[in-house]
Amino acid sequence: MSDATVQMGVAPSSSSVLLTLMKARTFIALIAVLVFFSLAVPSFLSTANLILMSKHVALNAFLAMGMTFVIITGGIDLSVGSIVGLCAMVAGYLVLNGIDLQIGYTVYFNVPEIILITLLVGILIGAINGLLITRLNVAPFIATLGTLYVARGAALLSSDGRTFPNLVGNPDLGNTGFGHLGAGRILGLPVSVWLLIVVALGAAYLSKYTTLGRHIYAVGGNERAARISGVRVNLVKMFVYMFSGFCAAIVGLIISSELMASHPATGETFELNAIAAAVLGGTSMSGGRGAIGGTIVGAFVIGILSDGLVMMGVSSFWQMVIKGLVIIVAVVVDQAQRKLQQRVTLMQMAKAG
Amino acid sequence: MSPVLSDVVLSLEDVSKVYSGTVAVKHATFDVRRGAVNVLVGENGAGKSTMMRMCAGVEKPTSGRILLDGEEVTFNSSGDAVARGIGMVFQELNLFGNMTVAENIFATREITNALGHIDHKEQERRAGEFLDRLQAGIKPTTMVEDLTIGQQQLVEIAKAVSLDARVLIMDEPTSALSAAEVEILFKVIADLKARGVAIVYISHRLEELIRIGDYITVLRDGRITGQEEMRNVDTQWIVRQMIGSDAKDFAKPDGHEPGGEVFRAEEISLPRATGGLAVDHVSLSLRAGEILGIYGLMGAGRSELFDCIMGRHGHATGRIYIEGREVRERDPAGRIRRGLALIPEDRQREGLVTILSVASNLTLASLQKFAKLFHIRGSLERGAVREMVKDLSIKVADPDNEVSSLSGGNQQKVVIGKALLTGPKVLLMDEPSRGIDVGAKADVFRTMRRLSREGIGILFATSDLDEVMALSDRIAVMSNGKLTGLFERAEATEAAIVAASALGHGPAKGTGRSAHV
Repeated sequence: MSDATVQMGVAPSSSSVLLTLMKARTFIALIAVLVFFSLAVPSFLSTANLILMSKHVALNAFLAMGMTFVIITGGIDLSVGSIVGLCAMVAGYLVLNGIDLQIGYTVYFNVPEIILITLLVGILIGAINGLLITRLNVAPFIATLGTLYVARGAALLSSDGRTFPNLVGNPDLGNTGFGHLGAGRILGLPVSVWLLIVVALGAAYLSKYTTLGRHIYAVGGNERAARISGVRVNLVKMFVYMFSGFCAAIVGLIISSELMASHPATGETFELNAIAAAVLGGTSMSGGRGAIGGTIVGAFVIGILSDGLVMMGVSSFWQMVIKGLVIIVAVVVDQAQRKLQQRVTLMQMAKAG
Repeated sequence: MSPVLSDVVLSLEDVSKVYSGTVAVKHATFDVRRGAVNVLVGENGAGKSTMMRMCAGVEKPTSGRILLDGEEVTFNSSGDAVARGIGMVFQELNLFGNMTVAENIFATREITNALGHIDHKEQERRAGEFLDRLQAGIKPTTMVEDLTIGQQQLVEIAKAVSLDARVLIMDEPTSALSAAEVEILFKVIADLKARGVAIVYISHRLEELIRIGDYITVLRDGRITGQEEMRNVDTQWIVRQMIGSDAKDFAKPDGHEPGGEVFRAEEISLPRATGGLAVDHVSLSLRAGEILGIYGLMGAGRSELFDCIMGRHGHATGRIYIEGREVRERDPAGRIRRGLALIPEDRQREGLVTILSVASNLTLASLQKFAKLFHIRGSLERGAVREMVKDLSIKVADPDNEVSSLSGGNQQKVVIGKALLTGPKVLLMDEPSRGIDVGAKADVFRTMRRLSREGIGILFATSDLDEVMALSDRIAVMSNGKLTGLFERAEATEAAIVAASALGHGPAKGTGRSAHV
């Protein structure tokens, strides 16, 4: 008799501790990889290495943030890697060639203008994705698979498959300084990391404190209910794909600026890393659940894992296996957590009658 | 009273089933006797289907035991139950539209030759035998998607019969059948009964139950309220057990006079995908502070009318006016701004975003009111949420809890609260009391009275006669998409309303079924 009462008392609290641990899993994973690599790799915690890693992580984190919003609405954006490539080529082309007006004049833009145009190209491709999905009712997977090919093809066509090299610009044309984006530093931190901080704070604010953010979650949670409640579902979807395109354009700019060259194959398979980071950060592929903070942590886990393994000298083949396993474990734990949570609440209700 | 033990083939013992948000079945004990028709009856949402889904292995009980021949069993899937001789005809059709009738009947237990190759000829021959017994005139090679709903229901029955089950559960098998088809089904049931099969029969049609039932069990709000042999009971007894002695608490009219016209619909029509009109030139008008009840049977077009008014169907025609001005906005967002709000019938699928919090759901439709440009002002939002929770007496510990953790009645109050926060002039309520407990029903009815007193015009659709009689200032009746009657409360009689709701129904006259004469 007393045994039973003790068990009754213990069971809920132990399962709630387990629940808390499961909810914090991405954070625990982050600490685990940090501790593991700082013990395994001597120079891992050096400032130089941390900055280098954060630059790597930033690229994936941008894409993953855009992807998070898209997945929360219940969609998917496979085209981000190709948008990265195309936007890199657009930036490179504009620096090198300007725009030939076909009347004997060529217009060269300065660097801020080039950045602006490139961002617009990214947003435009996102808008095309959004229109395909909302107006023509193409499934997000197919629509963005299509733009994946089209954008990659366009990137290759822009240079006939060649690299645009040496994007230093020409002082006479006033378009120098493209390299600042990738190589510049402010207060010791790379510009790209500052950019990430700004965009991440903006996205986190958007998701928590704006009407649009609330609508994004509502559309993913129950599109029909959202529509009846007066949410303009199509506009919300347009926004998330455009934002994803915007994030991809930033990545394209940063990469071409870092390398001072644009290669049309830039960004291949980046979309998969972005999805992995979002999922690792707790975004549910069925929509409605996810958070920018989680996604950023997820991007760090993946980034640190791959950089750390490289520094340990683990073969890239093994790296792929390990990355895959981490993603699968993350989702399995996610499912287990949801089941446990449901069981706990259901048992409570059954007891209450 | 104590039955012979060997008579009972399947029984549920103190079984409960909890879904997130609702307790569907509470401590039910139910015996199924062989060679008899065991009738199960209760109002919508009483838990009949859930109980039978547990018997058929589709759902697992949250607590309690299932006994088969006196021995405890656990079904992990409907396959387990079928293997133990329990078959079920589901209320919602579980057929594969893209396969033939024969393939459906033998789905998951295909007849194969030694090499595992499906023997279609044999399947079609055997399927034909079962279909012939039902005199359905359905070819085994027809694609299921090409059949009418009634024919599909017959296929579903043929499939269950072909299982050779010892226990056969039929969940509203006659809901889409014509009178002639029902007769054939009853013959098949009598035949099965004679062969010792235990039949569980769920239906809303009391006259059917009394005709073919041997034992009757009545459910109310997830509890079993009566179990008897059919020969000892009459219709009155059944109704009493179903509704309960506690007469429903309809808030009394307060005698306020409705104001001027606040809403008018003219010639609303909505074409059906299969041809014909789901809503057929419906016109009506509503005064401020008036409650207009729309009564009709299932499929009468009430929900579709509301959908048209709300702008959910782009291809609907007709005009609507609010306070005399035509509403030209075509989408729900625009119409909500003009002062329309809908409380949909299916709150899980259309009313709530179940994974969001109570607070987020409440303010979802009116978020712009609490925002400066795009920034949501948290204090404003929280204040409005607190007030609405208090006004509607929503029982929730913390408005930040997920809405799915609430009971059905409180979820419904959240849906109502969401509509009210938009500041509507006209409230459309589709079956506002469906599937919620007695206390919550009374709360909802009281809220309707209060809102009408405050000058909101309320259109509410229901298939509950008591409800429409007790709550409405005027009663409109729909049948087959048409408005077939409009009564002042004082002159409305139940008989007149029922008669109007059956117009255009009944044994299909002149639709090709006139083989006799």
